[in-house]
Amino acid sequence: MKFQGLLKPACNSLEDESEKNLDVRVCSRCGSSVLKSDLRANLYICPECNAHLMMRARRRIEILCDKSSFVEIDKGMESENLLGFPGYEDKIRAAKEKSRENEAVVCGKARIGGNPLYIFVMEPSFMMGSMGSIVGEKITRCFEKAIEEKLPVLGITVSGGARMQEGIFSLMQMTKVSAAVKRHDDAGLLYMALLTNPTTGGVDASFAMQADIILAEPGARVGFAGPRVIEQTYRKKLPDGFQKAEAVMECGFIDMILSRFDQKRVIASLLDMHKEEIDGGI
Amino acid sequence: MEAYDIVKNSRNADRWCASDYIKLLITDFLELHGDRKYGDDKAVIAGIGKLLDRPITVIGIEKGNDIVSRLEHNFGSAHPEGYRKAMRLMKEAEKFGRPVLCLIDTAGAYAGVDAEERGQGQAIAESLMLMSSLRTPVISIIIGEGGSGGALALAVSDRLYMLDDAYFSVVSPENCATILWKNNKYADKAADALKLTAVDLKEREIIDDVFKTASSAWDEKTINIYKEKLLTKLDKEYESLAKMPALDLVDMRYKKYRRIGRV
Repeated sequence: MKFQGLLKPACNSLEDESEKNLDVRVCSRCGSSVLKSDLRANLYICPECNAHLMMRARRRIEILCDKSSFVEIDKGMESENLLGFPGYEDKIRAAKEKSRENEAVVCGKARIGGNPLYIFVMEPSFMMGSMGSIVGEKITRCFEKAIEEKLPVLGITVSGGARMQEGIFSLMQMTKVSAAVKRHDDAGLLYMALLTNPTTGGVDASFAMQADIILAEPGARVGFAGPRVIEQTYRKKLPDGFQKAEAVMECGFIDMILSRFDQKRVIASLLDMHKEEIDGGI
Repeated sequence: MEAYDIVKNSRNADRWCASDYIKLLITDFLELHGDRKYGDDKAVIAGIGKLLDRPITVIGIEKGNDIVSRLEHNFGSAHPEGYRKAMRLMKEAEKFGRPVLCLIDTAGAYAGVDAEERGQGQAIAESLMLMSSLRTPVISIIIGEGGSGGALALAVSDRLYMLDDAYFSVVSPENCATILWKNNKYADKAADALKLTAVDLKEREIIDDVFKTASSAWDEKTINIYKEKLLTKLDKEYESLAKMPALDLVDMRYKKYRRIGRV
C-alpha cells in the first residue's frame, strides 16, 4: 500500500477502469478488476488468472537485483531521427512522457544473490520496447562492458521488434548486438535471457534467442512473425497456445518458465552455478 | 525510379534470380543439400563452385522465375532449415579456407506455423552470430528484395553490395504503412521514408557499393561485358580480403557493424 501513488499507470495492458476510480486496474486477459496496490504487491501478476502483466523496467530491477546494487549506465542516451522519418520526433516525445525513460532499455551493473553482472531490461511503455539505434547501442555497450570486466549478462526482453521509424538502422542493430553477444560468448562468459510478453520480431531473431540459458515468463508470446501474418499463410485458426512460452518450450527453444516469484531465486542460483566460468575457470 | 517503383520492380518474376547469377558467375557449380537436422529447404540454394580460379561457397535465396519454380522455391521465403543449411555450408567453407558469396533475394523469412515451431527466430539469430565471426571472407549481394530479418540473416559480410534496383528494408513499405498509418495505400510514402534504395543505403554507408542489375533483354555481348566487370570486381575484393589474417578480418567486420547507429 505504501507504494501507491509512486507509480503511474504501468502500461497499456492495465487500463484504468475509469477516470474517477484510479485505484483499480482491469486485467487485460481475464478482465478482473484488481486494486492497483494489490497488483503491485503481487508483482503485477493478476490474482485471478495468473497473467503476468506488463511491468516497468525499473520495477523489475528493483525486484531482481540486490538492494541498492544497481548502477545505471548510459542513461542519458537519446534517439535521433536518423532518417528524418515523418512524425518520429513526436512519437519519441510521447514515449518519453509516458515511460519517463529516455529510451526503451535500461542498462547497468548490479548484483543478484551477491553475484555481480551486467543487466539490460527493456521497457514496454517506450514504443512497445521497439529496437532502434539507441536500444542496440546500449545493449551492445552492456555486453562490451561485461567482456571487459569478465561478467555475465542478464537480458530481460519485451519488444514488438525493430523500430520502423529508424528503417535500416534499426535492422542493423540486430547484427551489432549479435556480434557483441558472440564476443561475450567467445570469452566464455554466461548470458541469460528472460523473455517476457511479448518478445517478437527482430529481438526474437537476435539476442533473445542467443542466450546460453533462455528463461521465459508464463504465457509470454515469443516468436518471429506476427500472428496476423502467419494466419495469411496458414489459412486456418492458429493452434491453441501458439507462440506462447509454454508451446515454444515444447518446441525446444526455451529452457525454463519462471513465475515472477521464482525469478530472483533461480537466476541467483544459475549465476552461482556458473561461477567457475565467471572467475575465468579458477 | 521512385522508391516504391523500385520495390514493386524488385518483385517482378522476369528478373534474374540467384540461380541466374550463379550460372553467370560461377563455373563447375555443385549444389549441396540439407541442414543435417530436419530437411532441405529449396528456398535456399547452396553449393561449391569456382569464381574464376577461386573455389568458393555460394549461398543464394532463390525465388524461381516461373510459377512452377516459384512454388518449388517457396517464392524465396526460407524456413529455418534454409538458414541452417546456409550455416552448415558457411562453417564448411571456413574449415577449408574458402570464401563465401551470398546472393539475397527475399521478401522475408517464411511466416508460417511450421517455420515458427522449428525456430525461425532462433535460426536467424544463430546465423547473425555465426556470420559476425566467420573466419573467412564473406561478400553478400542483395540482388532483388532485401526483406528484413530473412535477408539480414545472410547479409553480415565484409562487403555488402546491392544491385541498383534492389531494396533493403526493416519492413515492407506496405506493412509499414498499414502499421503506422493504418492504410497500405500510403506504401509509396513509407517506401520514401524508409530510405531503402541502394543509393540511399550507400549514402548512409550501410552498403559498400552499388552494381548494375542484369537484364534478360541484353544480347550476349552485353552480358559478357557485364559478367567480366562483375567477376573482376569480386575477384579483386576476395583477393584483398584473403590477404588479411582471419582474426583481423573478423575484427574489421565487427567494427563495420559496430559503428552503425553509434552515437
